[in-house]
Amino acid sequence: MSEFAVDLPVVWFTLRVAALAVLLLAPFGLALALLLARRRFPGKALLETLVSLPLVLPPVATGLLLLKFLGRRGQGGRAARALFGMDVVFTWKAVVVAMMVMSLPLLVRTARVAFEEVNPRLEAVARTLGASEARVLSTVTLPLASRGIAAGLLLAFARALGEFGATILVAGNIPGRTTTIATAIYSDVQTGLDGRAYGLLAVSAALAFGAIFLSEVWLKRRTNA
Amino acid sequence: MTLSLEGLRLPLTPFTLELDATLSAHVTAIFGPSGAGKTSLLEAVSGLRRPEAGRIVLSGRVLDDAAAGIHVPPRERAVGYVTQDDSLFPHLSVAGNLRYGAGRGVARKAPFGEDRVVDTLGLASLLDRSPATLSGGERRRVALGRALLSAPEILLLDEPLSGLDRPLKERVLEHLLRVKAAFPLPILYVTHEAAEVAALADEVVVLQRGTIALRGAPGDVFALSAEAAYRLRSNGPNGPA
Repeated sequence: MSEFAVDLPVVWFTLRVAALAVLLLAPFGLALALLLARRRFPGKALLETLVSLPLVLPPVATGLLLLKFLGRRGQGGRAARALFGMDVVFTWKAVVVAMMVMSLPLLVRTARVAFEEVNPRLEAVARTLGASEARVLSTVTLPLASRGIAAGLLLAFARALGEFGATILVAGNIPGRTTTIATAIYSDVQTGLDGRAYGLLAVSAALAFGAIFLSEVWLKRRTNA
Repeated sequence: MTLSLEGLRLPLTPFTLELDATLSAHVTAIFGPSGAGKTSLLEAVSGLRRPEAGRIVLSGRVLDDAAAGIHVPPRERAVGYVTQDDSLFPHLSVAGNLRYGAGRGVARKAPFGEDRVVDTLGLASLLDRSPATLSGGERRRVALGRALLSAPEILLLDEPLSGLDRPLKERVLEHLLRVKAAFPLPILYVTHEAAEVAALADEVVVLQRGTIALRGAPGDVFALSAEAAYRLRSNGPNGPA
């Protein structure tokens, strides 16, 4: 067995792309959660299903879809080339996209429950007190749902840190460029670098434990009326 | 200062609220059994519910006109709505709650400021408290103060004494009488307690299954209604609870 070691550059890279993925996902995911919590519209059941699909579809299958979509001949890939002159697949950007798609369901489902638990009466009363929709959202809805939202963001971050299946298809496992904790563990084991794999295992266990523990604490302490 | 409900239609289950009335008393009690449509009427006046037909006009300003497609949103109505569950914001202090709608008050040059409202309702010692630490009666007073500070042109009170025990009821009633005396604001007062009507209202509108069964001065209406008169006696200020 090789010597136990923590591959810090890989840990640092994974933390950064996962944080970026959650940051980019947050506005869209929270808007989606609010929409599902507060509005009725045709096709809602379909949208709910689509949002939750990455939870049950094999991650590799999701990765294959993303590869098709973001590849040079895919719609998304061509759009990225035309708009920004950049390739997405097999770069760190593809890692971010894979993480976003895979953590979307966790964020939306957790935040949706948090929004649903905010008493709509409070929002109605705020309107009668002269508040605009933006003020109702920022001073009533978001503060009252804040613990659930924080828990959802943390769960999404934890899910992004561990992403493997979709990442390896759409971003590959290129050392120093797209290798994350999860893909590094895989290649370390494949190449007999067990000590390095165990080092990353320890790090990911600690991160996952911390994230889940914090999100549980936040969800339990939630105070809503 | 008048509130006109013209051919107002609001579908509820299992009946439809249908009202035609011009209300201009200082305090108008909307009286009736649970499920008569009293709260729905307040929701319509505050803009939280859109009528299916008819008009709502407050002091000459059209708030709703279903035929013309007019529906002024709640935030532009200047209506002080105190809901039955008081709906205090749990994450704000008493002061934060009181001031929530006060921006509108400043913009409209409200005739009464925070000091006067706090004084009338006896809220000075509560300002830093969290709503979770307040008693039922204190919560009602804060909700009332919050509505008053939003510069309303009319107050809508939904059973402000319900769920309080008897001594608290009397204390809050005392504060309501002080509000009535201190602020020249029309009040729609929803209740199913005849004693409250007798104590506060200048006119009473009796609502039954969504329509007006009777209206007039409280004394006249309750003299006409044997059942209501019985309630007035049995629930009167000195009668049993």
